[in-house]
Formats: sequence, structure tokens, C-alpha cells
Amino acid sequence: MKVELIHIHKHFGAVHANNDINLTVESGKIQGILGENGAGKSTLMKILSGYIQADSGEIRLDGKPVKINSPSDAIRLGIGMLHQDPLDFPPMRVVDNLLIGHDGSLFPNRREVVRAFNELQNQFGFSIDPYAYVDTLTVGERQQLEILRLLWLGARVLILDEPTTGISASQKEKLFETLRRLAAQGMSVIFVSHKLEDVEFLCDRIAVFRKGELVGEVNPPYVTDELVKMMFGRVISLEEKRRYETCDVSFHLDHVTIEDYRLQIRDINLSVSCGEVIGLAGMEGSGQVQFLRTCAGLMRPVAGEINLGGRRLTGKPYRAFLEAGIAYVPASRMEEGLIPGLSLTEHFILAEEQNGFFINFDKALATTRQRIEDFNIKGTPVSTVESLSGGNQQRALLAMLRHPVNLLLLEHPTRGLDIESAIWIWGKLKERCKQGTSIIFTSADLEEILQYSDRILVFYGGKVSPPIDAESTTVEQLGQLIGGKGF
Amino acid sequence: MDTQLILIGLAGVLASSAPIVFATIGETFAERSGVINLSLNGTILLTAMAGFAVAVTTNSLFLGFLAGALIGGLVALIVAFSSISLKQSQVAVGFILALTCRDLSYYLGNPFMGLQGPRVPSLPIPGLADIPIIGVIFFQQDILVYASFLLIIVSYVFIFKTRPGLMLQGIGEKPATAFVRGANVNRLRYFYTVLGGMLAGLAGPMFSLSVKAGWKGTISGLDGFGWIALALTIFGGWNPLRAAFGAYLFGLLQWLGLVLQPSLPNIPSQVLQVAPFPLMILTLLLVNIGNAEWVDRTLAALPEKTRKWLANFLRALRTSPPASLGVPFENE
Repeated sequence: MKVELIHIHKHFGAVHANNDINLTVESGKIQGILGENGAGKSTLMKILSGYIQADSGEIRLDGKPVKINSPSDAIRLGIGMLHQDPLDFPPMRVVDNLLIGHDGSLFPNRREVVRAFNELQNQFGFSIDPYAYVDTLTVGERQQLEILRLLWLGARVLILDEPTTGISASQKEKLFETLRRLAAQGMSVIFVSHKLEDVEFLCDRIAVFRKGELVGEVNPPYVTDELVKMMFGRVISLEEKRRYETCDVSFHLDHVTIEDYRLQIRDINLSVSCGEVIGLAGMEGSGQVQFLRTCAGLMRPVAGEINLGGRRLTGKPYRAFLEAGIAYVPASRMEEGLIPGLSLTEHFILAEEQNGFFINFDKALATTRQRIEDFNIKGTPVSTVESLSGGNQQRALLAMLRHPVNLLLLEHPTRGLDIESAIWIWGKLKERCKQGTSIIFTSADLEEILQYSDRILVFYGGKVSPPIDAESTTVEQLGQLIGGKGF
Repeated sequence: MDTQLILIGLAGVLASSAPIVFATIGETFAERSGVINLSLNGTILLTAMAGFAVAVTTNSLFLGFLAGALIGGLVALIVAFSSISLKQSQVAVGFILALTCRDLSYYLGNPFMGLQGPRVPSLPIPGLADIPIIGVIFFQQDILVYASFLLIIVSYVFIFKTRPGLMLQGIGEKPATAFVRGANVNRLRYFYTVLGGMLAGLAGPMFSLSVKAGWKGTISGLDGFGWIALALTIFGGWNPLRAAFGAYLFGLLQWLGLVLQPSLPNIPSQVLQVAPFPLMILTLLLVNIGNAEWVDRTLAALPEKTRKWLANFLRALRTSPPASLGVPFENE
């Protein structure tokens, strides 16, 4: 179905989120929408999918003007959107997720729905258990579920908002294959992303957004530098790869076995030097998070020893790990990292070692101002953390880490951030490595792991590979290991 | 004690638990939709008094129950309006209403204190009532007890087996998703909160016109049941079957307190009367113990087999509240 967006305007308060956007998506094509965080991509897509309404402008489907006042209007017209955080119901079963919002008789025929679902699954080679609980699925599977649901409801335009965030390399491959297939069947696919490589690889045409405006459209073959320049208004390049190893073994895992009700990883051995960066690769949910939480002292291993700088930490409470200089930055920034409702100043006060009963607000304010400047946070000392963008929240989290940190554990440190922020964050992290901090981090982005790690551990099905030297491996090799080949 | 007495006692447990079943399932509906109606205790007292007053004045049981449902719905409407439309704290509003309605019932109920009122007659079901054992326990009850059985089944089927029931789960779980799936979240929340209030509003007259017939002001012995119903909603994991089980367990504990009293002369009677309440708390704790982190740590030290078994058992018991319980929904 051909989609035309004509003279779309949208304001949020003083921000002009969409300024006179004109965009045409032909049927059977994959249209890329590229832009950094806050460029107005998601706003436009939410308008097209009925989640919010434009201040002015017109939407035409196959040449006919339409009014889209709600998401259910949109799906009735054949427009389905896959949101960045899948909009599903995690504690419920897959089949119930399909049924909610599906019109029909009072008593739904679950068997019939399961049959239709499996038939659709087979077409695309997906294998989701219809009776599984959604919170046991990976992000990639939840995406597949949403795509199937939208197709089942009759979507002919599919919008995907940052779909490659948080899924594994093989799931990404599958997703791209699926999208190509859908386009070949005459669907219009709109692929929103800030990841250049994904957009370049997949899309038939790319529209680039910057600060609420559509700065231009590009056809293949794409020139990366040109796209970057359109996105940011200037040229940005990756830093040279650098290693800092300033001492011998600092952090030591000896025959550690981790276990929770879902998985068990036996006999992990790892020695990390000061200033070394270890990347953890693997499908989401293969145990990387449990591994990090064990290193952080949040999970107790069922066997083995943990040592830091000769100090035995096995079985000690989380506080002892903190005091030993181990810091953990979780992926869920708003749930585990920051406290919604509190301002930046209040966060820095909480993060500092406190002397005395009363808060010295003047001093705290001064510290906060300094940190905001050092870490380039777009916000004021009184801004609440939830009012910051994702990139700025991540900067704030890093700014809160105490000095000195011996071991820094990071879960998806740059997930959802644009290239510029990601490079900046890694610059800051590498500065710490220079001072002797070791880093262990997870990422779904193999390029990131290769670029910044010294050594890499691959997780697969309850096993951990021996450390692999990052210099002597490639994306392809890692991809195979992640898929379980070579274990 | 002879068998017949035990059977009659058990039948009594089912009958005296019926109002709590109504209140708990009503609250389950409201909370499933994402609204906590904390006024339950006040609602039950106020509707018990009002239902009795209306029934005495008009000599109509039907009008008594109707008054109860309407007043229960009205109180719930205040909770819904202040939380959904005015975005005020559900806990604060509900709590104040619980206290206000209680005092209101004592004050307005004065003229009806100790009056002789109508009483719901028992209605043995022909045929079924004569079945040995089961007949006595289940089928020699009054119509309200049969209604409570029906309510348990119907509400369970509704919530888990029908399309609107799934949507009800959805709006309490993740309203933004439900909205995208086409639900009018706030209108549905109004509907289920008021529906839940009406069901709880029937609990009052069930007490004053049947289980504990009459109105005796502060010594009616009804104060506290609303709080129990709120606890049972949580204990029941927002599932009508489990909630009803909790209600019957509570009724059974109360009854045991009464019948055991003569045979346990060493224990002061007050202990047995109060025992059901701490026992309920204990049960709640046991059911949700799997949520605690120290349990995970303790379990890690146990031998492999025991640990796996215990962990699975605790996980099966564990329930999680609707994720958006008490959180107002605003579309961007």
C-alpha cells in the first residue's frame, strides 16, 4: 500500500518535533528512516500509526486521504506498528496476547487461533510456542510475535521502530529476511533506526531526519560518510583502538558455577587485568546478565571463588563488593539505575559518600554543575532523571560512579544511543581503563564488542567459551560461536 | 461431635463466607483493571446498614439488596472519579472513604438499631438437597449462597476465557498496550471499578439480611471483613478461584475457633476468636515467600533435589499483581 505523508507538523510544547514533513513510501519497498535520538522519527511514525495526532497535515493511503485517530483506526486501515519496546503483555501467554484486541465472539476459540498462528509462523520459519508466557521469550521473539500479530490482523504497511536494538545477530538476520519477503509480497515496510549499517544494508531508500526536519532522501548505493553528515550536520569518525593493561591479574573467578531457575553455567574461570576490557557476547538470555550480577555480588554463585585484588569476596553481601570498588550499571536505566522523580542533584548526593546528617546543598549543587559539564549532560541540576533523553540518562549514570572503580560491570552501555553518544561514552570509559579500571560489558552489537574489548567471552546454552582475543577474531567467527557452532 | 453437626457446620462456613466471596471478587475486578478500591470495609458496613434499613422500611428484601448494590457502586464511583479523572491517590481516597462510610453507617443506622427485619429464607434445591453429605453442605442454603457459587465460576470464566476478560487483564497489566489494541482504558476502568463496588455492596445486605441478620451498630461484628477481603484479593492472586478458596479458609478458621473453644478450655476464648487473622497473615507470607531474595540465598545452600523441588513449588504459588495497579493511565 502506498503511503503519503503531506506537510505534517507536530509540536510538543516549545519543541517542533515534526516540521513540515513530506514523505512518500511506495508499496513493495523498504523505506529507511534514519536520524539520531530525538530527530523526530518516532514522532512521525506514531502519527502514522494513530498513537498521537498531527497538529496539521494530511495522510493518504493509495492516494485516498484518511483520518487516523487511534491505533485501532490505523490497523483497520492496514497500518501496523512495532514499537521499540514491544507493546505486549509480558506475564500472559502468547495466544492470549494475540487475542487481546482481536474482534470476535465472546468466547474465543484458542485452538483455532493457535492453528492460524502456527500456519503464519511456518511461512516465515519462526518457532514460538503459542502457550509460552511472553516474559520467557527473548526480545527478538517478542518482535516476531508482534509482526505475526499485525500480519494476522491484516497489516499492509508495517512500521518498525528501532527493531534491531536488543536482538541477537542471527535474529536480526531472520528479521531482515522476513522484511524482504514481506516487501516482495507488496507490503510497504518503514524501518526506523539510528544504526547506519542496518539501514544501509536493508533499505531500498533512506530518508534522513535531523532536529524535526527531513533533511533529504538518498537512493543506493549509499555513501556512509554522506549519511553521517546528513544525520549530524558534520563528519564523525571512530577512534583508534587502544589497549590499556597496567597491571597483572586484578579480578579473578575460579571454578564459579552460577544458577537460577532458568539456567545453570558451570565452572567459569576468568582472570581480568587492570585496565582490560572484556566483552560478553551471546544471544540475549544466555546467562550474560547472571554472570554480571554474580560479579557484582547481586547473585551468589553456588560454587567457586571470587577474588578482587587478592581479597576474597565469595559469599559476601553486595555492600562488600561495592566497597571493594566493583560497580554495576544495569541495562534497565529507569528501573535499577536511576530513581524517577529525583533530580540530578539528588542523585549525585545519594551516590556520594556522606558526611554528617544534613545535606550540604551548596556543595552538592556545585558538584552537580561540574559533573553536568564534565559529562556533557543536556539537563540542569534540578532536572528530574525521567525528563532526560536515553543518552543523557546513560551519561548521568556514568557520572555517578565513584572514583576509583576497580571493576566496572556494564549491561548494554550504549543500547538505544546514537553513534555520537556511543563514541563519547566509550571515550569516557577508556579514560577509566587508562587509570586501571577493568571493564566487563555485554552488548547485542558484535561490532561494539569487537571494537572495544580486549578479550571476548561467548555465552551459549549454559556454556561459556574460553576468552577469545578480540584482535584475532571476526564478526563471522563470533556469530558462529553465538549460534552454538564450535562449542 | 456427630457427623450431622459437622456437616451443618461446614454448610455454615459456606454461608458465612458468601459475603466475603462477593466482596473479594468485586475487588478482584477493580484491581484487575488497575484500580485499588480501598474503601471496602466502609462499603460493607454502610451497605449492611442501608440494606437492612431499606428492607425494614419497605419490607422488601429485593429493595434492600438493590440499595446495597447502588451504594457500593456509588462509593466505588467516587474512588474511580478521583483516581481516574482527577489523578488523585487511590490509597488516600480509598482509606478516607473506608473510615467515613464506617462512621456514617453507625450514625445513620441509629434509628434502626435492634429492629426486627426480614431475613432471606433458605431454599433447599429439590432432589439435590437429599444427596447424602453433599446435599447438606451445598444444597440446603439460601439463594445468595447459590449466587456466590455461581459468581465464582462466572467471574473466573469471564476473566480468563472471554475476550473482554482478556482485555480486562490487559488494561491492568499494561494500559498503553491495551490502548494500542483499541481499548478505551479509562472508560473500562470506570466500568470495572463500579461493577466491583456493586458486588462488594451486595456483601453488606448479605450480612445484615442473612448471615448476621439485623443491625446492631458498632457491635454488629462486621468491622474488619472489608480489610480481610482486601487481603484475600492479594492472597488469591487476583484469581476468583483462589480468592474464593481463601474466603472459605478464613470462614473455616473462624468456625473452628468457635467449635474448638469448649474442648480447649486452657486457651482463652479471645485467642481462638482472633486466631484467624494472624493465621491469614501467615498464609499470605508463606504464599509470597518465594519473592524474597533471602529465600533464594537460603535455597542455594540446600541439596540439589530438595532445592529444585522447593523452588518450583514456590514459583507455582507466587503471584504477581497487575503491573499497573494504582497507576493512572495517560495517553501521551
